[in-house]
Amino acid sequence: MNNIVILPILLPLIVGVILILFPKNLKLQRVISGLTMLTLLGFSLYLAHIIYYGEILALELGNWPAPFGIVLVADNLAAFMVLLSSIVGVICLFFGFQTLSEERQKGHYFSFYFFLLTGVNGAFLTGDLFNLFVFFEVMLISSYILIVHGGTKYQLRESLKYVIINIFASILFIVAISYIYAVTGTLNLADIAVKVSELEQTGVLNVIAILFLIVFGMKGAIFPLYFWLPKSYYGPPAAVAALFGGLLTKVGIYALIRMFTLVFNHDVSFTHTIIMVLAGATMFFGVLGAVSQFDFKRILTFHIISQVGYMIMGLAIFTPLAIAGSLYHIAHNIFVKSALFLYAGAAQKVTGTTDLKKMGGLLKTHPFLGWTFFVSAMAMAGIPPLSGFFSKFALVLSGIQEEHYFIVFVALGVGLLTIFSMMKIFIYAFWGEQKLTDEEAKERKIGKVVLSILPLVALAVLMGLAAEPIFIYLLDVAEEILDPSIYINSVLKE
Amino acid sequence: MEILMIFTIGVIFTVSTYLILTKSLLRVILGVIMLGHGAHLLLLTLSGLKQGAPPLLGEEAVAYADPLPQALILTAIVISFGVTAFLLVLAYRTYKEHKTDDLDQLRGNDDE
Repeated sequence: MNNIVILPILLPLIVGVILILFPKNLKLQRVISGLTMLTLLGFSLYLAHIIYYGEILALELGNWPAPFGIVLVADNLAAFMVLLSSIVGVICLFFGFQTLSEERQKGHYFSFYFFLLTGVNGAFLTGDLFNLFVFFEVMLISSYILIVHGGTKYQLRESLKYVIINIFASILFIVAISYIYAVTGTLNLADIAVKVSELEQTGVLNVIAILFLIVFGMKGAIFPLYFWLPKSYYGPPAAVAALFGGLLTKVGIYALIRMFTLVFNHDVSFTHTIIMVLAGATMFFGVLGAVSQFDFKRILTFHIISQVGYMIMGLAIFTPLAIAGSLYHIAHNIFVKSALFLYAGAAQKVTGTTDLKKMGGLLKTHPFLGWTFFVSAMAMAGIPPLSGFFSKFALVLSGIQEEHYFIVFVALGVGLLTIFSMMKIFIYAFWGEQKLTDEEAKERKIGKVVLSILPLVALAVLMGLAAEPIFIYLLDVAEEILDPSIYINSVLKE
Repeated sequence: MEILMIFTIGVIFTVSTYLILTKSLLRVILGVIMLGHGAHLLLLTLSGLKQGAPPLLGEEAVAYADPLPQALILTAIVISFGVTAFLLVLAYRTYKEHKTDDLDQLRGNDDE
């Protein structure tokens, strides 16, 4: 029964290996990868369902009991994240079919796509730090390849920095792991949580907590450590940028939430105050970057940073409602951010550029593209019936309840600036003078491309309309992760 | 022994920080590699440099060495080998395309 936990890791791994065998047969590659992604989506839905109505599943690999062997743990949070990764994986894959050039698709693109998903799902499901490191590396190595895939001059230059910075972060991760192993003598997350609560979190454990904050903050792009993100995510084509923007930073955020709810939750006034300050700074500086840019894709890359701020703001406030808001924001952001990146790709396909000054009048020539983009831009900015509103509402409400007024003020201000920069895209790219001639516009049809983005927009709308049932689910998830003893008991079986 | 190792690791970290902060691409890569070695050494040292028997069944020794940090380091070394190879190829291609290995010139500007 709990063997199902390993499926989201094993399935993409095996399929990725199989796809290496025949890189030139594009049709077969597409059929296999499409079917696999849909199967994976089905499995992750099923996994989330049985865990929500059942109990946490812990799989002990090789039947070694928990603190000694390797465990895979699927609690509600992990299952939720796996579900999100499968959804965005399906859509970016189908979008990639249509927009990537054939040469790029033939260069083992799909294999590394699946290896990336292996790493992401593994990082969500693993129950110890050793494997968290390994799956992070699996994910990062695939991401190095996908980000440089195509090998243009710009991509080579910026991926070099991306690779070096991420290797540096991984090395810091090893250092942090060796410190925590020296202090607690274990790497199993549940066991570490028990040991940390026995040792009382002071002195050296706080230092280790901050080290982990730096490591995961670097991957998740929080305030002082986000400098690498805007330029390197600008390079790759839209399908890859959407997958990265939607998924990769969220793995860092997931690891932060896991570590700071399960392990380092005994000195909240110290650690979570630091997270609070970083959350505010991340939001503010990220959105300032977005306001200053004049390029479709660059604005979106800066928005990734500011949205990360909201997610860790929920972690910093540390109440069930705030955590639920944070999780809702992760889901909302994965859908909407990926959709916006895909729109950037679609607009680039029509106009041949991402520079806003060279676009214009797309609303006349491609009204469908324009209005669906408008919906997702409004969802991103947080206009009420759409998804972005409810996450910010929950975060602001819990911030007021806990009397963190300054962060609430920053969050609201950042919301305004977000609307401003989204409107900037809309005004320059979709309104204004028509830059394409009528014949050109007729030639460049992108109905199919937009159609593959539509599920994401629909999800954003649906998440807004069905906010109540989703919040009931997420509040259950948040209450579960705020009570670490549930996780610990189901892993260590005490 | 542990004290000596800690100082060695400190020296390695210092040297690699210096290398990473230089302008030449190859030196930065060397710095990253050295930093990785320092981290591996740190992992081995902090878990205690024990003098026990190998952790095998039937050994019947008084004390056993801890296998976990060694397994972790082995994995980390393999990963860092792979990543280093990839990084070197990437640096070579970047050098070929841009005709420079000076990081100041690889900075890039906004108007492109």
